[in-house]
Amino acid sequence: MDVMPKWAEVVLVPLISLLLAAILSALVILAIGEDPVAAVKLMVDGALGSTYGWGYTLYYATNFMFTGLAVSIAFHARLFNIGGEGQAMLGGLGVALACLYIPWPHWSLALLGAMVLAGAFGAIWAAIPAYLQAKRGSHIVITTIMFNFIAAALLNYVLVNLLRPKGSMDPATARFPEAVNLPTLHDILAPIGISFSKAAPANVSLIVAVLACFLLWVLIWRTQLGYEIRAYGHSDSAAKYAGISPLKITMIAMIISGGLAGMMAINNVMGEAERLVLNSTEGAGFIGIAVALMGRSHPLGVFIAAILFGFLYQGGAELALWTTIPRELIVVIQALVILFTGALDNMVRMPLERLFIALNGKKA
Amino acid sequence: MTLTPSAHAPETAPAIELKGISKAFGPVQANKDISISVMPGTIHGIIGENGAGKSTLMSILYGFYKADKGEIFISGTKTEIPDSQAAISAGIGMVFQHFKLVENFSVLENIILGAEDGWSLSTSLRKARKSLVDLAQEYELNIDPDALIEDIGVGMQQRVEILKALYRQADILILDEPTGVLTPPEADQLFRILGRLREEGKTIILITHKLREIMDITDTVSVMRRGEMTATVKTAETSPEHLAELMVGRKVLLRVDKDIAAPGEIVLDIKNLRVVDDQGVERLKGINLQVRAGEIVGIAGVAGNGQSELLEVLGGYADGSGTVSVNGDPIDLTGKYSDGKSRRKRGIAHVPEDRQREGLIMEYAAWENIAFGYHDDPTYQTGFLMNNAAIRKDTVDKMARFDVRPPDPKLAAKNFSGGNQQKVVLAREIERNPDLLLIGQPTRGVDIGAIEFIHQQVVALRDQGKAILLVSVELEEILALSDRVAVMFDGHIMGERNPTETNEKELGLLMAGVET
Amino acid sequence: MDFLTLIQILDSSVRLATPLLLACLAGLFSERAGIFDIGLEGKMLAAAMFSAAAAAITGSVWLGLLAGIAASLVLSGIHGLASITFRGNQLISGVAINFLAAGITVLVAQSWFKQGGRTPQLQGDARFEGYDLPFAESLGSIPVFGPAYSELVSGHSILVYVAFLAVPASWFVLYRTRFGLRLRAVGENPAAVDTAGVSVVGLRYAAIAICGVLCGIAGAYLATALQAGFVKDMTAGRGFIALAALIFAKWRPWSALWTCLLFGFLQAVALRYQNIDIGPITLPVQLMDALPYILVVVILAGVGGKAIPPRAGGEPYVKER
Repeated sequence: MDVMPKWAEVVLVPLISLLLAAILSALVILAIGEDPVAAVKLMVDGALGSTYGWGYTLYYATNFMFTGLAVSIAFHARLFNIGGEGQAMLGGLGVALACLYIPWPHWSLALLGAMVLAGAFGAIWAAIPAYLQAKRGSHIVITTIMFNFIAAALLNYVLVNLLRPKGSMDPATARFPEAVNLPTLHDILAPIGISFSKAAPANVSLIVAVLACFLLWVLIWRTQLGYEIRAYGHSDSAAKYAGISPLKITMIAMIISGGLAGMMAINNVMGEAERLVLNSTEGAGFIGIAVALMGRSHPLGVFIAAILFGFLYQGGAELALWTTIPRELIVVIQALVILFTGALDNMVRMPLERLFIALNGKKA
Repeated sequence: MTLTPSAHAPETAPAIELKGISKAFGPVQANKDISISVMPGTIHGIIGENGAGKSTLMSILYGFYKADKGEIFISGTKTEIPDSQAAISAGIGMVFQHFKLVENFSVLENIILGAEDGWSLSTSLRKARKSLVDLAQEYELNIDPDALIEDIGVGMQQRVEILKALYRQADILILDEPTGVLTPPEADQLFRILGRLREEGKTIILITHKLREIMDITDTVSVMRRGEMTATVKTAETSPEHLAELMVGRKVLLRVDKDIAAPGEIVLDIKNLRVVDDQGVERLKGINLQVRAGEIVGIAGVAGNGQSELLEVLGGYADGSGTVSVNGDPIDLTGKYSDGKSRRKRGIAHVPEDRQREGLIMEYAAWENIAFGYHDDPTYQTGFLMNNAAIRKDTVDKMARFDVRPPDPKLAAKNFSGGNQQKVVLAREIERNPDLLLIGQPTRGVDIGAIEFIHQQVVALRDQGKAILLVSVELEEILALSDRVAVMFDGHIMGERNPTETNEKELGLLMAGVET
Repeated sequence: MDFLTLIQILDSSVRLATPLLLACLAGLFSERAGIFDIGLEGKMLAAAMFSAAAAAITGSVWLGLLAGIAASLVLSGIHGLASITFRGNQLISGVAINFLAAGITVLVAQSWFKQGGRTPQLQGDARFEGYDLPFAESLGSIPVFGPAYSELVSGHSILVYVAFLAVPASWFVLYRTRFGLRLRAVGENPAAVDTAGVSVVGLRYAAIAICGVLCGIAGAYLATALQAGFVKDMTAGRGFIALAALIFAKWRPWSALWTCLLFGFLQAVALRYQNIDIGPITLPVQLMDALPYILVVVILAGVGGKAIPPRAGGEPYVKER
């Protein structure tokens, strides 16, 4: 019998993990001589206290939804894609090429084109490690890590040697043309009478990301492909018995994963920077791991976790601005979330299971 | 460790005495208040069905698990065994069913592991090499000390396990299902070694579910059922029938009620079928076999002689060469159309040997498992999406017809008992009305009530005129169900027999590769 | 390229290979015991920061080294807790440790020194200086051998020699001692070790402790010998190159030495030259940076013999029922 009821599994365990991470983070803040309560207040004010704050929170959340979904779909096939960062970098390259070299008549068409190219570039960058795992038995965790570094070197080369405008010292592309600039939340909400900060970067990509959450949910839980991906993730030997091809599932799951990670670039590259710079991903590919773990690889969980991390990121930036606490605090919190919801899952789970056994024993 | 002499110690204390041992794994009570006493210099058998709690009990004695309650006495002295180290110090050695050897280490390295002399490896190896020669002479346990484990056969590997125990000066040797992987001649040799050890004054506990072994070699025997010790008797004063009854708790019908088969057309026709595994070892070396409509052909053999590969290649998850025809048309043995999906389309259903690793997704609900392998069935779809409601409805029907308990389609497969898990698989495969049913180890780990039900279902399918290929390591099951028996040895079919005209002895010789 | 340039590049290779080699051997002990460790990077980074900080505060590089090892051991302990005691996912734990180190180092350095997340510049006794081997002066004038000895072999920090001596030491421990036998066994089949009466948990903790110490030395070397202080993210992927070297070396100490020297050489060349012209082709510096990673992908793909990791690697040990 399952020891724990489903609500405990889905809500209680992540919540306790999060609480533990929060307590430890508060201790870290105390240890460096700052006031945790004041810090939280500052973060809430900065990230959620104005439409400007919300605009940044949702902008970051958009990135994390893409990368969180990317890690999740791979997790369902029991593949650990640490390569989201590299795939997102390549996605950025795809967006840059689409925006710089194709004369789009309208931003909506440009968005579609950029999505296709970004997704394709990210997918290719994930497909190679997937193929090597399925065909040659190379460990996908190691190859995707290696591909992050290779992607960084490749992007560096392309920006410095190929895409940099003449005369510019900056390893970055030229600015994208006006026509491909995506509407921000301000532009979208103004016609329906809601005034939203003009300076905030959240843009139409947010809607794409939310749509992606929904579509992925349908894919995983309502389609044959999702059924096969989950089956393969639970038991590769049973999948083989049923005639589910490991090669096919590994490739498809990683291609979707890489495609999603790549598509993140419509937000940070096309929607915000409007040109491709060297470190455009800012570690969002790795945050996807924390988001997927916290969201239990469920699209709804990923959606919630992404917004939470968006809040942390914007709040952390505010902290760095107004206090002496560096932005790296967020990296620590992110590490603690990964640690508690991922690696130390059993530490949280075991006492809870014991508790539920005791409770059930009393009832019986 | 406290030194309390046993209250009723006779002149010679028992080598082992267990008192009131209980052990639960979560909600499952694996051992309930078990007491047992074994005299030195004897072979004591512990017999019981799969899951009766035999292995758990011995693992407690070897310090692998900690008992919730109870006491252990070794030679009359109360002994705490919190870990394997304590068991080894108390003179207990254990040969597990699945060997605990390091594959890429040599025999010698495996023997000294954990029992080295000092920090330097070369000193330990030198000493062990010498005592290995002595042990080999004393017990006729010859072995090449420098061979790698991965290069020697299972019989030899088992010998390494015995030598490991003897090297640690074990006086008490526990063997858990030692003959499961051995051919009858290898098993006979093992029994000679055990006899020799008994002569030298060692105490041996033999765990098995095979009545023949108990009758052949043990002095006393205990019977376990559902975690309880139901009886301890002298072997000489009992009979196999009596033991069988004690094991299962009521008279068992070893025979299955069935009419004489009326075989029809050839459904499965196998010609010169070969399978080479990932390591490049030829596992099937030219199989020729036919199965007709309306008959059950049973494949007997010691585990690991190619039966699994036969099911795998026919079931579509191993590549092969040769010709296999179903209803007269050949099926693909390699390539895109040799997978499980293609087999199902050709009317081949498959109840795999290992339902937990292959037949079911343990985390999936019953309804998801009912669709497993047939999840592309058009009746399970609505457009691009899966029609989960339709699958659930289908599951409710199938669970009712196969008496799956509890009849809850939303319950995950891992939460059903072994027998009910098997019924889910059978319901899924049989209800598809296949022309050919491949069925492996149909009743492994299944409770006795479910065994009868499963056997009846298989026979009923035969009576509908379907062809059935049965693989089982239980000779009794093969003899009871099959209309024709083929014996496999080392990737070959050694011969075919009519079950009514043969006996276990003849089949045993064939299983050992001896032509009769 | 003249002889002196070659000597200089090789000398630089040795310096750059040292942290790789230490981290690689660290990973070797951990992975041979069946614990995957992708947190080498984080442990080195933490060690670099804490060693530089302690050296800056106390003025003693040796106390710095100890502090670095201690920091690395704490992270090893977390990895052990997650992957051994609570049987969690070793890869996820490693990822968490890398981030933990990346964040904590900057946070602490900023809180202690207020220099934007760096430590102060280390000078004098707070830094490992070059160590001249005997006769380095006098033999220097002999052609070829002289400069090779005095420039290439002599004059490194003591930690360089420690790293190179760690190779035969590791080999000896692994293949010639009881501990090594048990360590290798626990990475191949922990059940064999358990039933032989040896603690799997104890062995695995011992292995990750050694891993922690070696990563600690590697990190301290980076911040107190190779450079003079800690800066944010100063490991710059070395932990992953070490991991790559470990796979390349098929988990063997001597091969690890050659691989790390090769990777160190690649780094030295990339550092010295921007682009390399080979006849008509120009190799961009980015290719040199990426080469170790590309090589690992090629090796993992099975080109030139399969890299087979320890069989029980990555799997938490659970007694079967």
